[in-house]
Amino acid sequence: MSYIEAHGLTKIYGDNGNSVRAVDGLSFEIQAGEFVAVMGESGSGKSTLLSILGGLLSPNQGSLIADGLDLYRLSRDQRANFRREFLGFVFQSFHLLPYLTVIENVMLPLATAKLGRKRSRAMALAALERVGLASKAGRLPDQISGGEQERTALARAIVNQPPILLADEPTGNLDSKTSGQVIEMIGELNREGMTVVMVTHSAACARAAGRILTMSDGRLVAESGPEGLACG
Amino acid sequence: MNLDLIALANLRRRKARAAFVLTGLLIGVATTVALISLVEALEANITTKLEKYGANILVTPKTESLPLAYEGLNLGGVSVETAQLRESDLDRIRTIKNARNIAAVGPLVLGPVRVKGSQVLLTGVDFSQSRILKPWWKIRGAWPEGEGLVAGAEAAKVLGLSPGERVEINGRRLTVSGLLEPNGSQDDHLLLAPFGLAQAVLGKPGQVSLVEVAALCTECPIQEMVAQISQALPGAKVMAIQQVVKGRMETIGHFRRIFYGVSALVVLVGGLMVMVNMMGSVRERQRDIGIFRAVGFRASQVVRIILLEAGIISLLAGLAGLGVGFGAARAALPLLTEMSHGVGVFDPILAGLSLVLAVAVGLLAGLYPALMAARLDPTQALRAL
Repeated sequence: MSYIEAHGLTKIYGDNGNSVRAVDGLSFEIQAGEFVAVMGESGSGKSTLLSILGGLLSPNQGSLIADGLDLYRLSRDQRANFRREFLGFVFQSFHLLPYLTVIENVMLPLATAKLGRKRSRAMALAALERVGLASKAGRLPDQISGGEQERTALARAIVNQPPILLADEPTGNLDSKTSGQVIEMIGELNREGMTVVMVTHSAACARAAGRILTMSDGRLVAESGPEGLACG
Repeated sequence: MNLDLIALANLRRRKARAAFVLTGLLIGVATTVALISLVEALEANITTKLEKYGANILVTPKTESLPLAYEGLNLGGVSVETAQLRESDLDRIRTIKNARNIAAVGPLVLGPVRVKGSQVLLTGVDFSQSRILKPWWKIRGAWPEGEGLVAGAEAAKVLGLSPGERVEINGRRLTVSGLLEPNGSQDDHLLLAPFGLAQAVLGKPGQVSLVEVAALCTECPIQEMVAQISQALPGAKVMAIQQVVKGRMETIGHFRRIFYGVSALVVLVGGLMVMVNMMGSVRERQRDIGIFRAVGFRASQVVRIILLEAGIISLLAGLAGLGVGFGAARAALPLLTEMSHGVGVFDPILAGLSLVLAVAVGLLAGLYPALMAARLDPTQALRAL
């Protein structure tokens, strides 16, 4: 059985004559431990797909099975629990809370896990060490660079050691050098067994993936390995 | 890291907004506390004054009425005293269960006399009790001693009396020691003499025409006092001066209702300020809420964060409002009464209730914004940049 199975996923925005099929009948499978990149032009439905995979956006049609669970047959609270235990999210705009320090941001997914403060802090420090930011634990987000903010977001995504990492344009706001560092970290996590689904515009970043799904107008139009990518 | 710390961290970051919201509710709580403290202090002050000065119970001899009528023609009636009041009865009034609630007992003896050819009512009064029973009496001249009397303003005018003048009443020569300032009551038409002297002049030794009693009824209903005095004096008719009592209570009740209404309005406005500001805060924090949902917070946990913030602001507003309210009441009291600054107005029950009210209003006001936050679409929220 595949780790993630999508069957006929469809998401429609708007109604009647003014509707848009952001995702249109998407079906695919992802094995445990795979690194999959999702590419496509702007508006092709990549981010919508990622939101559906993350249990944040109910599809109008179709089903999504993750780790044996039909995600959209669960209640909202059950999906929230699933996100907390199984998923880590990394966003393009980092999405750190500006009034929490770096380590407090990393501890956010643990706030509802009923762990003691010491244990939460230890887990957060371990995640920060993993991304090379343990020394910046007490800083506020606006006191660190963009690359460091993205690494903080990555640390937050992996603090509870989820089996699945969803990354939406994680290098979108970074320079090429920092992008390379972030992609290398994600690759390392994947080599340790984490399943990664990454949305990206960048072919250079997509090369780190084992499989590339290409979307256009909400549909899956191509599937290839990294060797099929052009340079750039 | 837990939900409480997230709420506190957000409030610390948005201090200006939190302070603005807090101020609105603080004003509501302070107004409520100040107005209610003032009305309670005024009520106590007025009640003490009104009950301390002036009679509110009358004791008169029991009378039986004999109607005069024949075949439907009513020619009036005649009242016959079935028992007289004696001076010794006065001591029995002070033996009742609630004797400590009696501020003054003032016997009166009444009888008509002729002065300078005109008939006038001579009233024997215990002047030592008149300070409490008749505090409105103002005298031009001196209070009578020995063989002296005081004339009411009208009586003096009609009889042509002036201070220092000697008059003959029932064979005794008495000195007019003073004249009462007019006060618009029946006292203006009387001649007032010391009780014992009046009994002697009227030929009513040991007799009492009626007794005025000033009862302090803050802690007991006046009807209970009336019943106790009736039991002590079975031959007497004892009545509460209902109109006086009712009038006092109605005035005080009126004040209280007005103040409660104003307080409720101000607290409502404070609550609305909390709600509107928190709704604005939720809209500003859509991205934060999106992150919470993305990392696995349930909708109820998002609600809890918002309500925690509302609760913290309300608690602080309640505490600050208590201080401001009691302080304002303390400062205002001397302007409204003769009570001094030193009089404490702190009421722990009012303080507790006001604090509970502040938190309840804050949480209620925060509920709609909290539910709004929980219903936010996380994907829309995350795109809100």
